[in-house]
Amino acid sequence: MSSRIEILNDGGLRSDGRRQYELRDITIEFSLQGHADASVTFQHGLTQVLVSVLGPHEAKMRSQTAHDRAVINVEVNVAAFSTGERRRRTRGDKRLLELASTIKSTFEPVVQTHLYPRSQIDIFVQVIQQDGGLLPACINGATLALAAAGIPLSDFVCAITGGVHSTSSLLDLNTLEENDVPHVTVAIMPRTERVALVTMETRLRVESFEEIFKLAIDAGKVLYMEMKAALQRRTLTLVTALGSGSKPATQATVFDVDELL
Amino acid sequence: MADITIQKRPHNEAVVTHRKFFKKTARGKVIKIIRERYLRDDIYCGIVGCRLCADGTTAVLPTSGDMTHRDFPYGHYILPDTNIFLTQMDLFESNEFMFPIILLQTVMEEVRHRSLPLYNRLKALVKSEDKQVWVFYNEFRRETTVIREEDETPNDRNDRSIREGAKWYNTHLHLVRSPIRGQKPPQVVLLTEDAGNREKALSANIPCMSARKYIERTQKPAPLLDLLAAAVSEEIEPTKATGARAVLYAEHLPTTALLAGVNAGQLHQGHFNANSYNYLEGTVLVPTFTKPVLLVGRENMNRAVHGDVVAVEVFPKSEWKSPGDEVVDAESMLKNDDVESGDENDENDTNDTLLQARESRAVRESAQAPTEKQPTGRVVGIVKRNWRAYVCHIDASSLTSTSTSSLSLQTIFASPISRLLPRIRIRTRQAPSLVGQKILVTPDRWDRTSRYPDGHFVRALGKVESKEAEQESLLLEFDVPYRPFGKAILDCLPVEGDAWVVPPKNDGDPVWKDREDLRDLVVCSIDPPGCQDIDDALHARRLQNGNIEAGVHIADVSHFVYPDTPMDAEAASRGTTVYLADKRVDMLPSLLGTNLCSLRAGIERLAFSVIWELTEDANIVNVRFTKSVISSKAAFEYSEAQMRLDDSTLTDPLTVSIRLLNSLAKKLKAKRMAAGALDLASPEVRINLASPESSDPLVAPSSLPGASTLSGSKDERKGETIGVMQKALLATNSLVEEFMLLANISVAMRINETFPQTAVLRRHVAPPKTNFDNLQDMLMKRKGLTLDVSDSGALAASLDKCVDPQTPAFNTLVRIMATRCMTSAEYFCAGSVSRDTFRHYGLATPIYTHFTSPIRRYADVLAHRQLAATIAHTPLHPSLHSKAHVERIMDVLNRRHRMAQMAGRASVEFYVGLALRERGEGLAKAGNIGGVVEEAFVIRTFRNGLGVFVFELGLEGLVMFKQDVQFDAENYTVTLPSPTAGGEVTVALFDKVKVRIGVEKDKNTQRGRVKMTLVSPVDSSGL
Repeated sequence: MSSRIEILNDGGLRSDGRRQYELRDITIEFSLQGHADASVTFQHGLTQVLVSVLGPHEAKMRSQTAHDRAVINVEVNVAAFSTGERRRRTRGDKRLLELASTIKSTFEPVVQTHLYPRSQIDIFVQVIQQDGGLLPACINGATLALAAAGIPLSDFVCAITGGVHSTSSLLDLNTLEENDVPHVTVAIMPRTERVALVTMETRLRVESFEEIFKLAIDAGKVLYMEMKAALQRRTLTLVTALGSGSKPATQATVFDVDELL
Repeated sequence: MADITIQKRPHNEAVVTHRKFFKKTARGKVIKIIRERYLRDDIYCGIVGCRLCADGTTAVLPTSGDMTHRDFPYGHYILPDTNIFLTQMDLFESNEFMFPIILLQTVMEEVRHRSLPLYNRLKALVKSEDKQVWVFYNEFRRETTVIREEDETPNDRNDRSIREGAKWYNTHLHLVRSPIRGQKPPQVVLLTEDAGNREKALSANIPCMSARKYIERTQKPAPLLDLLAAAVSEEIEPTKATGARAVLYAEHLPTTALLAGVNAGQLHQGHFNANSYNYLEGTVLVPTFTKPVLLVGRENMNRAVHGDVVAVEVFPKSEWKSPGDEVVDAESMLKNDDVESGDENDENDTNDTLLQARESRAVRESAQAPTEKQPTGRVVGIVKRNWRAYVCHIDASSLTSTSTSSLSLQTIFASPISRLLPRIRIRTRQAPSLVGQKILVTPDRWDRTSRYPDGHFVRALGKVESKEAEQESLLLEFDVPYRPFGKAILDCLPVEGDAWVVPPKNDGDPVWKDREDLRDLVVCSIDPPGCQDIDDALHARRLQNGNIEAGVHIADVSHFVYPDTPMDAEAASRGTTVYLADKRVDMLPSLLGTNLCSLRAGIERLAFSVIWELTEDANIVNVRFTKSVISSKAAFEYSEAQMRLDDSTLTDPLTVSIRLLNSLAKKLKAKRMAAGALDLASPEVRINLASPESSDPLVAPSSLPGASTLSGSKDERKGETIGVMQKALLATNSLVEEFMLLANISVAMRINETFPQTAVLRRHVAPPKTNFDNLQDMLMKRKGLTLDVSDSGALAASLDKCVDPQTPAFNTLVRIMATRCMTSAEYFCAGSVSRDTFRHYGLATPIYTHFTSPIRRYADVLAHRQLAATIAHTPLHPSLHSKAHVERIMDVLNRRHRMAQMAGRASVEFYVGLALRERGEGLAKAGNIGGVVEEAFVIRTFRNGLGVFVFELGLEGLVMFKQDVQFDAENYTVTLPSPTAGGEVTVALFDKVKVRIGVEKDKNTQRGRVKMTLVSPVDSSGL
């Protein structure tokens, strides 16, 4: 009964109290998990993904190695409890394969794979909760996890969804809105101002596409600031933990994360 | 750049920031749903000049509230509860009600959840400029959001949320306005009908009262008090001992039980249709049975009103009945019902016994005719009331005091115009002044103890039989939007106004972009006399290769009406232009309809052209569509064109063109007939208003050539102002019709090809064969004729055979009756039904749409837009790509279309009534006391009456016999005692009789009604 819920009411508020261009709450946690070289819990609204990065390491199968670069391997796993209705997805699920391959192709040009010939980088995505914007959450989480694992990236990749409700554009849709509104997912590389990914499964008007696309790029930059800050905080804690007490790192003297990359 | 921010929400208060609930799916699975909630501080109070709220631009509430109320000298705002809006919407919409309103989001959502129509009215209220309504999104404001507690019902939570909102406002006002020398800040008053809520509010120190109390203390309560819905007045001042009343009806089951019953198949859901001949009978068409479920008697109809969606329980087969075969008129039966008691405590009431006797007889009779039994049942609950405001008359007999100065509160009956509705009881102080007026009344509820629904008075329309009141009541009754076009809509018109012309040809000009110059073509239009909105023109010429080029040019309305403009929205909601006998309610502003889009002679106009190349046999070689500029050479009336056609001396290009078109049209028609198109008939008469005050352009005052005034001799008709005549058909009518059909079909094929999901099409579903059962049986038994209904071709052929050499009109009568057995044609969206159901049954074409009258039909405008996109002229607006959107529009259009037809017919009926009375008066003056006598056909037989159809007037009426007569239901005959023949006379179905027609006014309600009595073969006035 989606008709009973107004996507955007006359007061300009969305069903969860946000306005048109307001993004949902973002929480980024760097949590080292088991064997992973880095792992990040990225929570965007009620969508939560845990991305772990392993590698670069020697490839398991020789047949799949490339002699001049590293191969990126993405696996996505969705927890059965991630949606309201319990639903188990098998590993061969086409939706998941598609999601994985989208993430893979997004990162292939960004990760400096030529530095690690004949090796493999694994990105494991565990979807814990879903409430719209799953692909952007996976991409953002993977960016942070790759950076935290110390894998050289040419730039951040920041992804966001945008949609059009009648004539007003909305950013960062939740499930309710995604079901109702035609939308597009855009991933940008904020420093180089390049677009890494544009994908849509619904049909969108050409005129409104342009507007949404520009908005999504701007929103990507906002996301970039948030992700950068999180990464800086993480680096700061690491630096402090290293015991280089001689340099009491304060917010002002923190490394520019750009140098680290 | 838009201001993009990331909202932060606290992470430790999941109760506040998450909304968690469980939902049961259609399959019965339970899902847990969690939604986020972001609480904000930038939700403003909406009071002009508030210090704390930064947002002063959109605020609408006056700084110190409303100062006129006697209870709140320091000013106040009102904050109504949901129940107030659910019951008292009329109050808020009244022009007398001007208090500033704070509308909480909680209330809005609750109203939306309870009733969408009310929600839409509420939204209109918020938007209307003369009201001060501020919507406060309390659920998103940090301080006012309320979390449902354990064991709290959603209803209680909402009540608490509303109180919380009122409390916040009062504190807010205190903060904003620090008290200066005893000057208190204005107050926010919670209005609610819920006594429990009021109690809680008062204990929390929130000013609070009921709507009635509030209105009573305003400075001018009288006009507003009448608008209060009855449901409330009862609750507040319980008059009499309600408990002592006898229960007349069984209790309705709760909604959940109904839905469960329907799902389980024990109950059946459908629309309740009252029987206009018998107020004690109704039917409900449910999917389970092919025949509608019959409901006999009050108890079984259980307070259902025509149009309600009800759930019925079907009795076991042994209790099934056949529909009653007599006329039971509520008016005469229940004349003496007392309003005040209304419930008839004494069961020995004469009315009641009579009623019971009749009812029981109906039951007995049906037992004798076992063949005709149909499912019978009773209403166990109302799924949805479809009540609206009805046009009514006051029943003068129910008034206790008729002195016009009396302002005492009276309970009176209002009789709706429609016979399908029961009388409504209302309480008003202005009863005496309402007698003899048409008024609007909304029913509010119907108690188990009451024989009638209770309602309230909305507004008076004017004196009965004054043209304005009748017109407005017609428009209201059929829900025709008739308000003048607003400023926003008129702003969409070209700025040049009527000075707009097609700009000189210039390739750079946007008007000329992709537009063909067809100004040289010999184009002409052929329309009914006095037509101002000419939306089609034609041309034909012979090509060099021997073929013929024929073109239909339709006014290019889509050039002026762009999607997504206020004008477009208005046209979409109006759906169609409504033609009444004396008024036209336009779909588009008249500047477009009668001027800029009208293809008038000698003026260059934009058009959308369909141009065919046809062979001599009218086979299509090819067809093309183009936007064009044309200049019509002449605007003919049908008769003028006919004259040119007939006058063989004329050889000018125009006449040649018309002849060419005519010869093609004949061939087209022949083909269509061969394919099985139906030639149907409906009673069509024209009203000819000759009175000087009629200034309507639609009807030419002069009598029409060809339209024969069949009734009455010249002498009788002298001095009459209203003429009733049958529409005449000329060859040129059919000429235009054929080409319009051809254009519609060509366009339909083309847009369906390009937009298979969303093309706007029209279809006519083949009627189920059982629809004809009755008619077939009648024809067989009375005339020995058979009707083959296997398909439209067979039906057309067998209709042609239904002739009675003695009475030529018989064939038309059968056609009229056959038409009534059919379903009506409808608009639909190509993607929503399967392809094999696209067929138009009546026209016998596989696909059809409406393209040729964009000035007066909105469906045509859509077809124009789709066709323009097809030929890559203008890209299609995205809304027309959405199936859901198109479907929604189609639903509206179908409804409007039906209503417009009914309104038009009702308007003709009204004038026929006036004409009859006038003629009757004229006859009486001439010394002829017999009154108007006309020939009529018997079309229905009842136990105590005959249904007759008067051809000359297109009027259907009822002849009733007070005493019982012999009735043979099997053979459709009634045998009447005849004083002259000494014996008996039998009248059978399809017999031609003579009836005397008079208009009789009901003394109490002032409602005019046609009364017919039989004159020949036997005078029934004594029967």
